[in-house]
Amino acid sequence: MKEFAFIFRHSNIDTFHPSPEQMQERMNWLASIVAQNKLVDRGNTLSPFEGNAKTVIKQDLITDGPFTEIKEFITGYLVVRAQSIEEAIEVALANPIIKSGGSIEVREIIKRY
Amino acid sequence: MQKHQELLPHLFRQEYAKIIAVLCRQFGILHIEVAEDIASEAFLKAADHWALNGTPENPCAWLYTVAKNKAKDHLKHISIFENKVQYDLISLMPDNEFGFEFNEQIIADSTLAMIFAVCNPLNSKEGQICLALQILCGFSVEEIADALLSKKETIKKRLLRARAILRNGAFEIKPLKESDISSRLNIVLKTLYLLFNEGYFSKSNNKLIRKDLCLEALRLNLALTEHELTNTPNVNALLSLMCYQSSRLDARTDNGGEKIVFNEQDKKLWDDDLIHKGNYYLVCAFTGDSASTYHLEAAIAYWHTTNDKDKWHHILDLYNQLIGINSSSSIALNRLFAVFNINGIDAAIAEAEFLDIKKNNYYHQLLAFLYTKKNPSKALKHYEQAISITRSKIERQMLRKKMLALQIENNQQPIVLGLRTNIQYDDPVTGSSTLSSVS
Repeated sequence: MKEFAFIFRHSNIDTFHPSPEQMQERMNWLASIVAQNKLVDRGNTLSPFEGNAKTVIKQDLITDGPFTEIKEFITGYLVVRAQSIEEAIEVALANPIIKSGGSIEVREIIKRY
Repeated sequence: MQKHQELLPHLFRQEYAKIIAVLCRQFGILHIEVAEDIASEAFLKAADHWALNGTPENPCAWLYTVAKNKAKDHLKHISIFENKVQYDLISLMPDNEFGFEFNEQIIADSTLAMIFAVCNPLNSKEGQICLALQILCGFSVEEIADALLSKKETIKKRLLRARAILRNGAFEIKPLKESDISSRLNIVLKTLYLLFNEGYFSKSNNKLIRKDLCLEALRLNLALTEHELTNTPNVNALLSLMCYQSSRLDARTDNGGEKIVFNEQDKKLWDDDLIHKGNYYLVCAFTGDSASTYHLEAAIAYWHTTNDKDKWHHILDLYNQLIGINSSSSIALNRLFAVFNINGIDAAIAEAEFLDIKKNNYYHQLLAFLYTKKNPSKALKHYEQAISITRSKIERQMLRKKMLALQIENNQQPIVLGLRTNIQYDDPVTGSSTLSSVS
């Protein structure tokens, strides 16, 4: 079994706060991962809001960001277990974020230690 | 005066147990009878007083105040008339004036401790369930007897034994310590599981009381998640399981109390809200490593709520894991149903031959179901055997109906089986049924 990080990206700041229905859809998706024993780490949500997010480049170069106006900002991550990247993609495709114009980056985890 | 007459029974269910828990915090569990008398007196007084003067603005606070005053009177009384033992009891109390305070925190702590006190491993599981219903849920002996389909005398005896053990256990009604939790949480969960089962699989004809049992188990389980120390993955997994199962409570029996099997249920009657709650607690139950039987059963119940194309594969996979931990007959039978859904009738029948549970009525029901198309006369034989084993009148009626339908379908002369009258059986607590079963 391999592990894959799912990195969630939204394209619209308005969809960051889900409606109760969207929340239920997400929860249902997550429950299906748990029920398949494929969840490795529940991960976290990352705040995209100004003042809570900075990009650190060097001492004098700390920028605001991510910029939610650029239509691609990371809002969270989690880790799933799957046989292959194809299986992981199938799991990702069922996530409701896909319907709302967001995307999921699927990356196999390489364990260094 | 209609209003208080409706309100009081409702309040009784909710508040009677809380008042006893808080009073026991001061009196000690040894004197639980005193606490119960005081709580009952408070409700009696409410019935009289509210009928004359109307319902007070805050009925709970009113009941608490009366209980508090009666508790103080009781202590005053024994301190005057009795010996040093009771004197010591009073001097133990940190502050006599505020000793019987009812606030949210004290009620929550005392209720939680009371759950742990009732779930004493020294008591039989039947005893624990009766005690839980009486002390934690405010059920009367009649209601318990009705819910468990037992005689009142049996319940009374069982309660007497259970209460003696409870008193001698000297479990303190105080904020729980970590050691209490680690030593008893599993037993608490097992009792709540059985309590829920008792409602969910009850043979009682009283639909309302069955639902009450399930909701009480849910309520107590919810109380565990609301407390930091008891909000563990297993507690969440069991709560998730109960939510999923409860979502089908209205769909799984018809108005006459007859069971409707999973495949024939009206899915519109499933309670979506409870399914969403089940999802939420299932995610909360996630640990990252080992899974308890509650996790596995909750995951199975999750798949039953979906239309996923692979759901039966997931369900069989989960049953294969579950049967490694708990090889009870109901799990074996439910697993067999999953085998049937994936590998077909012949595979399921072949596996059934290896099961050594020929005295189990559900075994015969399942085989009757499997043989229905393949070999109707064998199916009829299994129905007959199921009918001769079951102790439930409703179930017998349902099985007879199915037999009759099968006979008509196959142009056979209906066989009239000897009718048995409605016998009240003593001990319906099987403990072997599992919540994940397909019903």
